[in-house]
Amino acid sequence: MPIPQTRNIGLPMMNLLRFKGLPILQQLHIEEQLLRTSSENWCIINDGTNDPTIVMGVSGKPAELLEIESVLRDQVPVIRRFTGGGTVIVDCGTIFATFICNKEAVPDLQPYPRPIMSWSSLLYGKVFQGIGDFHLRENDYVFGNHKFGGNAQSITKSRWIHHTSFLWDFDVRNMTYLKLPKRAPEYRSARGHLDFICCMKDYMPRSTFINKTVEATGTQFSLRSYPLEAIETGSETEFYPSTRFLTDEELEAAAAAGQ
Amino acid sequence: MALRMWASSTANALKISCASKAHLSPAFSLSRCFSTVLDGLKYANSHEWVKHEGSVATIGITDHAQDHLGEVVFVDLPEPGGSVSQGKGFGAVESVKATSDVNSPISGEVVEVNSKLTEAPGLINSSPYEDGWIIKVKPSSPSELESLMGPKEYTKFCEEEDASH
Repeated sequence: MPIPQTRNIGLPMMNLLRFKGLPILQQLHIEEQLLRTSSENWCIINDGTNDPTIVMGVSGKPAELLEIESVLRDQVPVIRRFTGGGTVIVDCGTIFATFICNKEAVPDLQPYPRPIMSWSSLLYGKVFQGIGDFHLRENDYVFGNHKFGGNAQSITKSRWIHHTSFLWDFDVRNMTYLKLPKRAPEYRSARGHLDFICCMKDYMPRSTFINKTVEATGTQFSLRSYPLEAIETGSETEFYPSTRFLTDEELEAAAAAGQ
Repeated sequence: MALRMWASSTANALKISCASKAHLSPAFSLSRCFSTVLDGLKYANSHEWVKHEGSVATIGITDHAQDHLGEVVFVDLPEPGGSVSQGKGFGAVESVKATSDVNSPISGEVVEVNSKLTEAPGLINSSPYEDGWIIKVKPSSPSELESLMGPKEYTKFCEEEDASH
């Protein structure tokens, strides 16, 4: 979809990176590197990730959050990411949208969790205008009282990242790898996974969501497509991301210790 | 003691700090943002405080910061023996689905970390200037303290920051 260039004069620049099926670990490594080493603003969209993968927040405790026996039996990869927040299991039905911004990029926005979340909810409010009773509810994106988007952030001295995993569709069987979290939003009301979450596909086609997100972003930033081959990760740079897979040994030890 | 407890709870309601230590007193606690700022400390523009006593400096995040961050659920602490640099991150706190870097106001060697924060991260919210301290540092360049804000300057900084958003 062509990015509108008119009416962008005076808006801060933002690089747009679009992937399809990029492995989630690679996406998170790119994000962590851009947050820590870039001075530019970025929007990253990854349309699905090929392999089902569990992604925990920075402080996640595997024994509390995962059915470790099943995870190990079925060899489901588990990642600990660099941002806060909860645990998700992502796959080809997940659409990822990320914003990485300098503190001054959004006028009048204080670089704290709740203002950033509020800003993003207004942006996605434009995407879902008039659709499905969309709103931000206790840090989740919901239609009514069913969650379809989970958010997480990391805030540094001069920059922040806000990234979201949207459940365009999901495999019911994958939810069995996740326990009910101890820390849950009040509106969840102790509902099980399948009663708590819903699919975006019941409300909007996949490409429509991605195009509308780019369009909404373009009302606040002057977007330019960034060539994928220019994104360098790996040993050429001196940046070492903290996001990583947990090993089987670590998961077994966590299960044994009840952590 | 009972009268002091009553005064303390009333003061909390009004967001005035009744510091338990005699040398720490509220300087400008009735600020527009209603966060407590204490005398005797120096402040960084990234909302960390430092208390320099002899050869050791204690570092934490301010009441303004903890109030804006929300409930702290996890603290990522550095290892003792490591070094910190002025203005650079040395750890992080997690709140409301976000990790937020904690930056050191001064350079030096980490001599102690507050291990209580591992089991009780909420101390940062309930007692940001006392029980919620994060690290103790042996300063390598004590003159760096002069570049930090005093209580009056920091209070004004917070008010201007909140007013501009």
